Amino acid sequence: MKIYVNGQQKSFEATEICLSTLIEKLALNEKKFAIEYNGEIISKGNFPLTFLRDGDKLEIVIAVGGG
Amino acid sequence: MESDKFLIAGKHYLSRLLVGTGKYKDFKETQTAIVESGAEIVTVAIRRTNIGQDVKEESLLDFIPKEKYTYLPNTAGCYSKEDAIRTLRLARELLDGHNLVKLEVLGDPNTLYPNVVETLEAAKTLIKEGFDVMVYTSDDPIIAKELEDIGCCAIMPLASLIGSGMGILNPHNLEIIIDNAKVPIIVDAGVGTASDAVIAMELGCDGVLMNTAIAAASNPILMAGAMKKAIESGRDAYLAGRMKKKFYQADPSSPTSGLIK
Repeated sequence: MKIYVNGQQKSFEATEICLSTLIEKLALNEKKFAIEYNGEIISKGNFPLTFLRDGDKLEIVIAVGGG
Repeated sequence: MESDKFLIAGKHYLSRLLVGTGKYKDFKETQTAIVESGAEIVTVAIRRTNIGQDVKEESLLDFIPKEKYTYLPNTAGCYSKEDAIRTLRLARELLDGHNLVKLEVLGDPNTLYPNVVETLEAAKTLIKEGFDVMVYTSDDPIIAKELEDIGCCAIMPLASLIGSGMGILNPHNLEIIIDNAKVPIIVDAGVGTASDAVIAMELGCDGVLMNTAIAAASNPILMAGAMKKAIESGRDAYLAGRMKKKFYQADPSSPTSGLIK
């Protein structure tokens, strides 16, 4: 299964993987972030209920310095 | 001054200086400069996180605690209403439902001049979705009024181009905007040094938002303190009401009678 995270292609052998598992795999657990999944915001509570499919697009963002 | 309240979207602030968090050497310098500036509202940008990097990587939020400051997520780098709206929806999720945002939709990468058509459209959608929109715009009084009328909670006209440090180029337009407004007018962009901030406040602006003027100073910490004093000084001068200018006519301060003969 191939998905796109912040424009980068990521391949996974598993056929069923939820957003919570993906966060662990990407080692993002300790960060404060927000996720857009195929154009929709997904709240944290729905991470375990959101199962990824081939071709899905994710944007994972954080707050950085800016004016 | 106790009665001189600075209200944005129903919240009372003591400092009329709003600062950005970009362009500093490191997070420590960002933090020290912000403390020195006395600012309570700080802008942040929303960007993709680096995937597969150090889990313990330092974060801006560790240095500028969300509990102590009002975060103002911006849409810097957005050139369409769609991108700006997407960015602020993500910001609201990231900051636990926080509604106060800085909307800017740019029109050109060289001047970073605002695209006011896209800005108006984006503001309408965001306000409908419950956001409190502080909006970066040109110094066009008609557009400023239009943005107020559709429900923006603060209008933030440029003094000159973003990051240019060219100061207040059209004080008269700012005065027209201030005279017509019922919401706070905050000069956003173009301030280069303390005197620019004083002029903005003397004109009657409710506040000033700046980033580069502090971050790009040779000594950002010292400049942060200078800006704090400039904002306070300019505000006091505005409230005090300046004397009338007398052109080509001097007026002595000492008594004209009782001179020795």
